[in-house]
Amino acid sequence: MIINHPLLGPRDAQEFVYLGDARLIERPDGMAEGAPQAFHDHVYLRDNPAGEHRELWYHEQGDRSWLVVTRNTVTHEITGVELARDVARAKGRSR
Amino acid sequence: MTQPNRVSGGLIDRARTLSFTFDGKPYQGHAGDTLASALLANGVRLMGRSFKYHRPRGPISAGSDEPNALVELRTGARQEPNTRATVVELFDGLSAQSQNRWPSLAFDALAINDRLSPFFAAGFYYKTFMWPAAFWEKLYEPMIRRAAGLGSLSRLPDPDVYDKGFLHCDILVIGAGPSGLAAALSAGRSGARVILADEDFRIGGRLNAETHGVGGMAGADWAAQAVAELAGLANVRVMARTTVLGAFDHGIYGAVERVSDHVPVPAEGKPRQILWRIYARRTILAAGATERMIAFENNDRPGIMLAGAMRAYANRWGAAAGRRVAVFTNNDEGLRTAADLRAKGLEIAAVIDSRKGEEVTGSAGRLGLRAVTVRDGSGRTRTVECDALGVSGGWNPNLHLTSHHRGKPVWDEAIAAFVPGPGGPAGLLPVGAAAGHLTTHGALRTGAEAAAAALADLGHRPAAFDLPEAEDAPVRVTPKWHVPGKGRAWVDPQNDVTVKDVKLAHQEGFRSVEHLKRYTTLGMATDQGKSGNVLGLAVMAEMTGRSIPETGTTIYRPPYTPVAMGALAGRSREKEFKPTRLTPSHKWAAEQGAVFVEVGMWLRAQWFPKPGETHWRQSVDREVLATRASVGICDVTTLGKIDIQGRDAGAFLDRVYANTFSSLPVGKVRYGLMLREDGIVMDDGTTARLAEDEWVMTTTTANAVPVFRHLEFCRQCLWPDLDVQLISTTEAWAQYSVAGPNARRLLEKVVDQDISDAAFPYMACANITVCGGLRARLFRISFSGELAYEIAVPTRYGDAMIRALMAAGEEFGAVAYGTEALGVMRVEKGHVAGNELNGQSTALNMGLGKMVSRKKDAIGMVLAQREGMVAEGGLRLVGVKPVDPSQPLTAGSHFIAAGKPATAAHDDGWLTSVVHSPHLGHSIALGYLRNGTARLGERLRAVNLLKKTEVEVEIVSPHFFDPEGERLRA
Repeated sequence: MIINHPLLGPRDAQEFVYLGDARLIERPDGMAEGAPQAFHDHVYLRDNPAGEHRELWYHEQGDRSWLVVTRNTVTHEITGVELARDVARAKGRSR
Repeated sequence: MTQPNRVSGGLIDRARTLSFTFDGKPYQGHAGDTLASALLANGVRLMGRSFKYHRPRGPISAGSDEPNALVELRTGARQEPNTRATVVELFDGLSAQSQNRWPSLAFDALAINDRLSPFFAAGFYYKTFMWPAAFWEKLYEPMIRRAAGLGSLSRLPDPDVYDKGFLHCDILVIGAGPSGLAAALSAGRSGARVILADEDFRIGGRLNAETHGVGGMAGADWAAQAVAELAGLANVRVMARTTVLGAFDHGIYGAVERVSDHVPVPAEGKPRQILWRIYARRTILAAGATERMIAFENNDRPGIMLAGAMRAYANRWGAAAGRRVAVFTNNDEGLRTAADLRAKGLEIAAVIDSRKGEEVTGSAGRLGLRAVTVRDGSGRTRTVECDALGVSGGWNPNLHLTSHHRGKPVWDEAIAAFVPGPGGPAGLLPVGAAAGHLTTHGALRTGAEAAAAALADLGHRPAAFDLPEAEDAPVRVTPKWHVPGKGRAWVDPQNDVTVKDVKLAHQEGFRSVEHLKRYTTLGMATDQGKSGNVLGLAVMAEMTGRSIPETGTTIYRPPYTPVAMGALAGRSREKEFKPTRLTPSHKWAAEQGAVFVEVGMWLRAQWFPKPGETHWRQSVDREVLATRASVGICDVTTLGKIDIQGRDAGAFLDRVYANTFSSLPVGKVRYGLMLREDGIVMDDGTTARLAEDEWVMTTTTANAVPVFRHLEFCRQCLWPDLDVQLISTTEAWAQYSVAGPNARRLLEKVVDQDISDAAFPYMACANITVCGGLRARLFRISFSGELAYEIAVPTRYGDAMIRALMAAGEEFGAVAYGTEALGVMRVEKGHVAGNELNGQSTALNMGLGKMVSRKKDAIGMVLAQREGMVAEGGLRLVGVKPVDPSQPLTAGSHFIAAGKPATAAHDDGWLTSVVHSPHLGHSIALGYLRNGTARLGERLRAVNLLKKTEVEVEIVSPHFFDPEGERLRA
């Protein structure tokens, strides 16, 4: 596969390490009420779609960027690649 | 020597005669021959024995689809089994052997299998060899494996090298027949970067095998002219002997180039083969088509081959399959074959056309065809004497790559064949015969059109390409799959699958294509169904009364043709299988005679044997005792090192470690425990604060890469606005542990600063200089339990530093110690390491539960508090010693209470790490014991059912040595 890195252009997927569902960005607040349930859901519950999937890839043999790649798990077509940092900020994550 | 079946013409160089042997017998051929064409020219039709029944077989094809003529090539370490004689390029001195026969090809003792065929019908091994069950593994399977088979391996290491390479292009053209050449010319002339790859050693495809003209000249001449033009274009790369074996994602194609298979031994510095990874923006599949057989009784005798193969042997290689030839066809190829062969002076015995109601019902000849039986439209049979029969049952487009992404082929009634359907790889355009256009004109036209479309897509202006004149007779195939009869008619010759086997599969309910394949082994052999699949499907369709497309389609997976394992491995073999990382002291350690151990990719000194030491324990005991008595030095460079900087570095560490770091003063080190989000311990190590916003973290050797990846995840994905920067510095610093009561006195000789206990107390750290000005980092930390330091210098000074430290230590009798002594000392101190950090254990299990702060939100903090993980009575780290000190402990032993059977129900935990403590003079261990903290002093059995050991043990504190830690604060 080829991943079109937002900073570096098209790179072979062999340069990357795959992590999984991009929902891992949405880490719950550990100090909040109901944290145990929230963390249970966060760590263990995943959708496994046959189709579009937003997932985390790490450019380990490259610039160390974490990326959110939107990939169709059936056709492997990639329709979007974003810096995970930007995605995290868009979801309100900051410090 | 004469070549009795050599006829006139062909694209061989008769001026160059090549000598070769087959089964030890010498023959001659010419440059341009394949092994099969040269053997046929020499009158040799028998080239192999079939897989199951050991039936005599000859080639049926002239290409890579060959199922029968499989031979062992070369001898010694270069011996290669199962090569198809039809694609082996002849060279002088080539030696080939037939396979799957004993004692000889002409007389094969296991041909008895053919007489026993009723016992070997489809699925026989599921039914026949069932009882008694134990016999399968011991008797039946080895017996079947010996009898059924392909070639043999040399069992010697492969002496050749294989390379991997990467290529990029605008347009990849796969196959260089008329459609591929038209596409490559159109694209090449327009300036696009083009790769034209063909599996053959001569470019041209069927143009080299047929007598059709192109543009007013012979097809082969037109192909040669095209190759010459392409060779002159700098933007075009023509790759002969290159098989594109698979279509992968996003325009990536795999290809094997056989660089040296056509010479006896690869030239100096040349690989045998290259595995290419080709990145193509657009791809044109011009892979041609494969002719198919019509099944009739005994249609597998040597001398019976595909009509197109027969024409190829005659026209391209000047080799006759026989002197008196008959043709059996269901389309117009029959008359053409007869005309081509007659032009070569061969006698045509008969043309049997199924469209006229005629059919071949059987054949005769033990080791080669002697005659066929023909039934005419009125039902009368006659015998036709002939030594070769050309059969044409139509053509199957080579659409393999279009189904590599699970694209399903569709049925084309006009040519009675599957053609590429939708859902093929994006950017791949099938053309010519591969797309079902079976005329030369159709091939040229669709090739040029696809190139124009691809060019337009990529923003290139297509150059002019005037279609040359070529034949365009309409092609219609009137299906004729098999001739009904009592005898066995072969569908898949390589796996010995007959029409009867397909019928049996149907009768027993294995009717879906997938079941048919697995039950009969149809299409499972090295040709992967190129010759038999569609025919098998047609027979099944007839049984079920459904149409062929309703019965199923057959889709293909990579590779297109078999690939040598060596090509897939490339240079990654033996010592180069993975990179080897050497520490900066490696050369010095090797000089000391160190024994090295692989730790991940690293090589680390395990121990340093001295003269007279004959057992590793002698060396390790000496290193431990000398370190504890005076001072020892160990290379700890392999531990991961991560520099962490920024105003928020302390806050960041608070979130990635279970314990608190932001409160750590500058100049101090703290032990840290890192959890996974599920609450399990991920890694441990020390982190030092060298300045207000400058920290250096160490990780275990094994987790250096995963921890760094995890920290980047936390930094970029969880807290993107923290002011924190990371960089891995594992390779930047050489680091040595200096441990023992004389560690300070030794270091004072090399360190430029005051490192007295007052100035540099336990857990201090600092940027310092050594040897009069070389920058270094010093940490007063201890894994051994001794007064100890770790000193780091830039990697390039690592060798000088170890030599300086050892020289400075000479007066103290300093020893170098390896990973074994390191392990002994850490177990004596009760420190956890890899065996305890096993990916299943919590801080509480390790006795470090108090380190998990609940006052802050850190990774893993929430789930570490889950009920099951904090329950009383769980596994706890304990020390273990044998009740009888003379008894050694065994790692992996399980704790079983006295008087209880050693079963899982009574399992109370296990021994994680076992060493011999030279101080205590006996085995000691760490272990995880259920409710362990409350069980000190208890006696249990340590049982190891694998090693068959059982020792009575006493549970003790894990701190065997200096439990108060007085030595490390000295």
